[in-house]
Amino acid sequence: MNQLWFWWLAGMFAVYALLDGYDLGVGAIYLWLPREGDSRGFALAAIGPVWNGNEVWLIAAGGLLVVSFPRVYALGFSGFYLALMLVLWFLILRGVAIEFRGQLAQPLWSDFWDAGFGVASLALALLLGVALGNLVRGLPIAGGSFQGSFALLLNPYALLVGLLSLALLAWHGANYLRFKTDPPLQTRAREYSRRLYLATLFLAVVVTIYTYIAGYIGDFGSHPLFWIFPLVTLAGLALAAAAGRRRDLAAFYASMLVIAGLLGSAAATVFPNLLRSTLGSGDSLTIYNAASSPLALKAAFIANAIGLLAVIAYTYYIHRIFRGKVQTPGYHV
Amino acid sequence: MVFAARIQFAFTVMFHYLFPILTMGLGFFIALMSTLHLTTGDRRWDEAARFWARIFAIGFVVGVVTGIPLEFEFGSNWAAFSAYGGSLFGQLLPMEGVYAFFLESGFLGLFLFGRGRVGKWLHWAAGLGVGVGSLLSGYFITAANAWMQHPVGYRLDAHGQPQLVSFWAVLFNPFAGWQYAHVVNGALLAGAFVMAAIAAFYLLSRRHQEFAQNTLRLAVVAGCILSLTQLFPTGDLEGRHVAGWQPAKLAAMEGLYQTRAGAPLAVMGMPNSRNQTLLDPVYVPRILSFLAYGSFRAQVVGLAAYPRDLWPPVALTYYAYHIMVGLGTIFVVIMLAGAFLLWRRRLYRSRWFLWVLMLALPFPFIANEAGWMATEVGRQPWLVYGLLRTAQGVSPNVAAGETIFTLLGFMGIYAVLALLYLFLTARVIGAGPESGTHGGAAGGDEASHAAAIGEKSA
Repeated sequence: MNQLWFWWLAGMFAVYALLDGYDLGVGAIYLWLPREGDSRGFALAAIGPVWNGNEVWLIAAGGLLVVSFPRVYALGFSGFYLALMLVLWFLILRGVAIEFRGQLAQPLWSDFWDAGFGVASLALALLLGVALGNLVRGLPIAGGSFQGSFALLLNPYALLVGLLSLALLAWHGANYLRFKTDPPLQTRAREYSRRLYLATLFLAVVVTIYTYIAGYIGDFGSHPLFWIFPLVTLAGLALAAAAGRRRDLAAFYASMLVIAGLLGSAAATVFPNLLRSTLGSGDSLTIYNAASSPLALKAAFIANAIGLLAVIAYTYYIHRIFRGKVQTPGYHV
Repeated sequence: MVFAARIQFAFTVMFHYLFPILTMGLGFFIALMSTLHLTTGDRRWDEAARFWARIFAIGFVVGVVTGIPLEFEFGSNWAAFSAYGGSLFGQLLPMEGVYAFFLESGFLGLFLFGRGRVGKWLHWAAGLGVGVGSLLSGYFITAANAWMQHPVGYRLDAHGQPQLVSFWAVLFNPFAGWQYAHVVNGALLAGAFVMAAIAAFYLLSRRHQEFAQNTLRLAVVAGCILSLTQLFPTGDLEGRHVAGWQPAKLAAMEGLYQTRAGAPLAVMGMPNSRNQTLLDPVYVPRILSFLAYGSFRAQVVGLAAYPRDLWPPVALTYYAYHIMVGLGTIFVVIMLAGAFLLWRRRLYRSRWFLWVLMLALPFPFIANEAGWMATEVGRQPWLVYGLLRTAQGVSPNVAAGETIFTLLGFMGIYAVLALLYLFLTARVIGAGPESGTHGGAAGGDEASHAAAIGEKSA
């Protein structure tokens, strides 16, 4: 049950990265979209009706973390108090920017919110990667509390993972715009997609080598199944190369595979730890010593798995209704 | 640190809660108007539903972005509590996401942007999905709170940690039942007052008269019913839960220091904990005993029966509770007067009364907040009633300075949000219901919607 929960949580965060990832990615390249032809308006229209639902995956994953591994939730969010608040403020800025931009047809107004949306998306894509990097690297935890400082979170390894996350999500966002929009925005997105693919490829190789040399890599030897994640990543990278400049939907599937593969690899690397201590393995929070009781895990699993199946069904349905290219720019209620 | 953590949580949750009050309340009426439009075919209901949906949407945005911090503040400010009770009250947090937030956010997108892409009944169902989602969200969070008010479904293990024994007991905590009904009723009542206030504003400024009259009629009829059900049965029966399970809170809410049979209800008065008396009280004899226990002779336990360190902050609990009850009574008077004027066909011309309705706008929000304040402050010193004190639940490794610093940050951000919210909402009200969908995207959808209908009928 504990292992199941570990992979379920990893899956929840992965779905969050796949879905909110593309609208974060659209935000990350947003400030470089040309003004002519109202490209920014089309980009916003492409994510407008779905971004909020995508973000709920993060909220739901957070809720599942509380009930399954309450000590990890408690230590994680109190230990990284200032970093968490920074993320929350960027989430507020980003949500408000998307929704309020279209309320007023006034250039100064939209410029302001454009900047807010772009900056907040860039920062979030980076910070989520930094957080993941720190999870893989391990943290100074002793006696159930975090012993480090805020500055420690910005170590070189975590920053590098942050850059990878930024490049990867920006690539994912560009791929989303490729199949959701028409030229000229589509042309621009294809160009960005090509460059960001190369950046992602480069950073993924660097991070993998760094992870291996620094010894953060997990126990792949005794879990042969874990090799599936690097293989998925490679498949995604290969598919992206094969998709080339024309096959837009294939490129989007490729970035999905890469995100899923890399997150899966990261999860495999830390397994069975949730918060790995750099001060000694006895201080790590694992899926066994930080878990709720078996009954609590079972109850929460059944209660939420049923609901999530329904969510997946209607989320798929809603995405189908909004399928096809975006016809009109702008996004306002 | 405890104080800083409490102030920050109180500030962020109270600011946030202003918006769910509005969206839960308006959401219900929007669904009602959409239903009336589809069943009667009267396009004025459609126009009204779309107008209120524009007001709703702006509030929804602020509600969503200010709600996200709360989900994480349990961990950041109350780490010890999260580790202690996460497997119990935490059962409800993911369910709120899975069963409520997904429904709300997914179908709001469909409702606002799906016009013309889906049939009108599916569009209606999407609106209903938003309403059901927001009501469910209210239930899960009230039930999570109920576990702190009246912990159930657990046993204490050898280490004194609560362990889940019954999921169903936690999900259907009896404390949550009437509390939830009271909370939702309060939000609906606020929705009725918002509609009445804006309609009164239009009538006073002689604009959009037909829309305003229709809206005002609906608001006054609904408000009349809701202001009564706010007191009875929901408020009354929730009060009995408090009397049964949290007698110290009841004593603080009523300013009752000495245990007595046939206790009177204090309508007014100033609690003085030093002398343990209520100064300048106005009493209604024996009513408190009757309200709390259903008998005029019942004994009501006073605060003096408890050790001082188990008293909640008496003054704050007492005043918050009395503000709520006092305002609730005034709401009944206003809405009954409105119904009377409506019956006498003078409602739309009684300018003095329209002024009253317009200026009443903030007070249902104050009453809702005051009610939660009485509930939460009255729970002190407990975080989980009878099990865990608030001081024990706080994060051990977050410094007070960090919390004060981020509290100031939240205050600044929320001040800007409040200004933006008021500015944008005032614009929508200024533009009025007849402005239709302002902007190209929605207008285009509307045209294609009309075209689709034309094709079908052709």
